[in-house]
Amino acid sequence: MVERPTASIRRHSIMVRVTHWINAACLLILLMSGLQIFNAHPALYWGQASAFDHPLLALTATDSNEAGIRGITQILGHAFDTTGLFGASTGPGDQIWARGFPSWLTLPSYQDLSTGRRWHFFFAWLLVFNGAVYLVYGLTSGHLRRDLLPTRLQLRKIGHTIREHLLLRFPHGDEARHYNVLQKLTYLAVALVLLPLVVLTGLTMSPGIDAAVPELLTIFGGRQSARTIHFLAASGLVLFVLVHVAMTLLSGAWNNLRSMLTGTYVLPGGPHAH
Amino acid sequence: MRTDPGRRSFLKRTAALAGTLALGGCDRLSETPWFREVLESAESATSRAQRFLLGSGPLAREYTEADLSPVFKANGSTSVDDSDYQILAEKHFVDWRLQVDGLVSHPQQLSLAELRAMPSRTQITRHDCVEGWSCIGQWTGVPLAHVLEQAGVQSRARYVVFRCADTLEPTSDGTGRYYESLGFEDAYHPQTILAYEMNGRPLPIPHGAPLRLRVERQLGYKMAKYVMRIELVESLAGIGRGGGGFWEDRGYEWYAGI
Repeated sequence: MVERPTASIRRHSIMVRVTHWINAACLLILLMSGLQIFNAHPALYWGQASAFDHPLLALTATDSNEAGIRGITQILGHAFDTTGLFGASTGPGDQIWARGFPSWLTLPSYQDLSTGRRWHFFFAWLLVFNGAVYLVYGLTSGHLRRDLLPTRLQLRKIGHTIREHLLLRFPHGDEARHYNVLQKLTYLAVALVLLPLVVLTGLTMSPGIDAAVPELLTIFGGRQSARTIHFLAASGLVLFVLVHVAMTLLSGAWNNLRSMLTGTYVLPGGPHAH
Repeated sequence: MRTDPGRRSFLKRTAALAGTLALGGCDRLSETPWFREVLESAESATSRAQRFLLGSGPLAREYTEADLSPVFKANGSTSVDDSDYQILAEKHFVDWRLQVDGLVSHPQQLSLAELRAMPSRTQITRHDCVEGWSCIGQWTGVPLAHVLEQAGVQSRARYVVFRCADTLEPTSDGTGRYYESLGFEDAYHPQTILAYEMNGRPLPIPHGAPLRLRVERQLGYKMAKYVMRIELVESLAGIGRGGGGFWEDRGYEWYAGI
């Protein structure tokens, strides 16, 4: 085997790097302020209005002399005791309180709907502005087509790629010059489906926007459905971030992080590199 | 790739420290005046964007009787402690008068019977609470535009202020008394009505008897209940704490279209 000099490439343009980190900060703040807003009425419904007796999801609390405050999570009519996490939890002090999501997940940490809304709407504007910059750049520079659109060959070999991924065998050498098909499809789904969906369902909760664009109510089946879809889309984004961070760590933490900070990515060597 | 264990634990500790600082820091930032102002700048962006989209005055969606909520949640004040109000309520509000004054040419004192004799509008609409829930109800009342036209709004007036009978938070200076305010874009909107009926019956006390405001393109807290007086003003300064409403004085947006 011949030792090959390490090859490094410019992986991410400055536009991608800047919009990536603004987006990441926005998502974290929007998630935590969103959970603060959710806690003001910690239940989800389907349809135009709230059928209070039939929530799809409710984080409630019961209080009795024997058991004290218990957090109860109701999902589709099934109840689970989730004391300490959902429905009732400690914090900021040591006392247990009835609250949907725990204080370490909300912004601010204490119950304050108006401040949660202020954070949420400011960073929602930033998310939309940042997303628009990214999309315009992505379309005009060819970034979306060149870097994120899977090739026909990649799509044909998707089964193989899934297998390799599950075995945590990541591409090396020249193969690592481009995103693999799973990365491409995931990033496209996040940028073109999940993020627009979370923005549109968020807007559908606005009575002003509903008057201006009533089609949104038709598309999402009502304000309460939109609120539920908003919650699910946000959950999808959380799931994406967890997998994304895990994969980043597993496939070369420092190299990946550096490529999103400085743009430089060192092509990993390994058994495929001769 | 080789990872230096020293570097890894350093990164881990840094991340944990950053996390703790960020959590406490965000709470402190929320209470820092200059940062609060930055966050609050989003309200004018939202209000300008929505004003642009609502320029042609579209109506909020109206629903059918089949959509009426079986239980319509009553929020905020659900009764009024004020003894003058209680005396009026005992006599089914026959002695109640809606005062219309401030920057108007013809101040008014309107009884319920007089309001009921005016042109009316009935609408089945969705009530969106800032907390996140919604209920659908039917409202009948007189368009606010009609009342304002009768009173003759002076050109200096910029806001319509609604003074209410209920005190939502007891305070020594009286700033816990509920009030609200609207600009003219919403005050003259055809669906903005002073409702005296809900679901075909006289407005019940928990929902603001004898008269409540309906502003269908904004959130529930704009829709003042127990309305006693409508005052036309040039500025909101000096009313309550100057924010333009009970909840606005407590950090909520004056423009409640979102």
